[in-house]
Amino acid sequence: MIQVSNLTKRYAGRTAVDDISFTVERGEIVGLLGPNGAGKSTTMRVLSGFMPATSGTVRVAGLDVFHDSDAVRRRIGYMPENNPLYPEMRVREYLKFRARIKGLGWRQSRARVTTVMEQCGLADVGRRVIGQLSKGYKQRVGLADALVHDPELIILDEPTIGLDPQQIRSVRALIKSLGGRHTVLISTHILPEVEMMCGRVLIMLGGRVLASDTPENLQRRMAGGNQIIAEIAAPENELRTMFESLPEVESFNLSPGEGDYFRCALTPQAGSDLRPIIYQLAREKNWSLRELTRSRHTLEDIYMQVTQPATEEGE
Amino acid sequence: MSIFCILLRRELGAYFLNLTGYVIIAAVALLTGLSFVVLLQNLGSGPSPMPVTEMFYRTYFFWLIVLLVSPVITMRLYALEKASGTFETLTTTPVGDVQIVASKFVAAQIFYLFAWLPLVACLLIVRHFTQQNAGLDAGTAGGMALGIGLTGSLFLSLGCFASSLSRSQVAAAMISFGLGVSLFSLGFLAAALPATSEWQNQALAYFGLFEQMHDFARGVVDTRTVVFYVSATFFFLFLTLRVVESRRWK
Repeated sequence: MIQVSNLTKRYAGRTAVDDISFTVERGEIVGLLGPNGAGKSTTMRVLSGFMPATSGTVRVAGLDVFHDSDAVRRRIGYMPENNPLYPEMRVREYLKFRARIKGLGWRQSRARVTTVMEQCGLADVGRRVIGQLSKGYKQRVGLADALVHDPELIILDEPTIGLDPQQIRSVRALIKSLGGRHTVLISTHILPEVEMMCGRVLIMLGGRVLASDTPENLQRRMAGGNQIIAEIAAPENELRTMFESLPEVESFNLSPGEGDYFRCALTPQAGSDLRPIIYQLAREKNWSLRELTRSRHTLEDIYMQVTQPATEEGE
Repeated sequence: MSIFCILLRRELGAYFLNLTGYVIIAAVALLTGLSFVVLLQNLGSGPSPMPVTEMFYRTYFFWLIVLLVSPVITMRLYALEKASGTFETLTTTPVGDVQIVASKFVAAQIFYLFAWLPLVACLLIVRHFTQQNAGLDAGTAGGMALGIGLTGSLFLSLGCFASSLSRSQVAAAMISFGLGVSLFSLGFLAAALPATSEWQNQALAYFGLFEQMHDFARGVVDTRTVVFYVSATFFFLFLTLRVVESRRWK
């Protein structure tokens, strides 16, 4: 659906996107992950046809976004950063206006607007003025706008930013439901969001794509740095000998918790999951186990790892 | 065509659904009212050989409206959309740049003419109370309306161009005000220059907006003037279109 090859975008004196290439298949939900200034928004702006690339080619559905701009824009639903809207218009009126300028007929636009308003939970606010809506509703209006002409490709630049947890959940569920029928490209800097919604992640930093993989694979690649936290009530020396004898444990750290419990922070060997092993051992020895968790990697950890692969492998 | 109408409706909505639009209308009504007061004083002081429309145009408030209000009307057209980001959502739809430029200009022009409506009331009042048809006939009123429309379109196209250059509405208003005043003063340059060469004066005479409006107010419509206004309007709209398109090759 999307083929980006050797895309470079330079602003006066600054390279925002530096020779990136990637492809997105039809029906995929792909997350562009990266900190601010990584080049996510610029990539999306080039994809949406708002700005031309300095060099390289971008194709959407086999069409060049620059030369067949009109045909490409018909196929894309784009929600830019900060979700700009016309504040003086009413929700329904705005969506109808957008549907019409995206080439839908009068009858068709009525039907589509009703559909997307239901889909995005806007049915109750159709007559409200956009400027007076809460941020969550505005965000949903932006989403509804991106969906209104039923595009093949949906590009959403930070769709959940500034929403409360409840709203984030509903937006995520909505985006997830779009997969399969539509191709979705979203940008974010929140890792759990990507894990929940996306089939694939592209990590961008400093204008380059550093990694492209499924969230599970990325997690697995990070497993070497993962920690397992276990709270077990047992004699300290027995715990020590047990962890030392386990080949899957690379290193461990014990600290006394409340009562008889010890808090054990375990670093497993790459690729192994310690949790079932710990549980089995605790059951065999009849120790009481009250917590067993895997500390998840944050985006920062992954950046660290992805941005410094040479030092990591050199160790 | 239908896309143009949809965009035009939205642009007109932006004027009439906003407080700013009504502030502009109120300001124009105030200025028109002031020139009406001056007009009544002139009429009261003695008989006048001029048509009422010409007396109107002779008050300074008339030019104040043209020079001051058109930058204010046009400043938001592109600058606000660029600043708020809606320009991005607008240009990533399959709408052509020509349609965007045309709809914004036509909406500004319609709003501008709408703001002038109090003038019609003023003229009708004068006519009603003086009970003289000679001071105000269809010819002078039509010429005046045409003149207002044409000068308006020139200054509004200038304003569109200025607004497309900037992200800041204030900067856009100042640029178009500066350009507008320069253009307006160009006409006076012809009188100030010594008549060294005929062609210079002739060329400058085309920019004599003050004199041309004088003709319109007397009901004299010169084709050359009309052609000048229309072509200058298209020239500035063409420049605006180029600026809007420029994002594609920047």
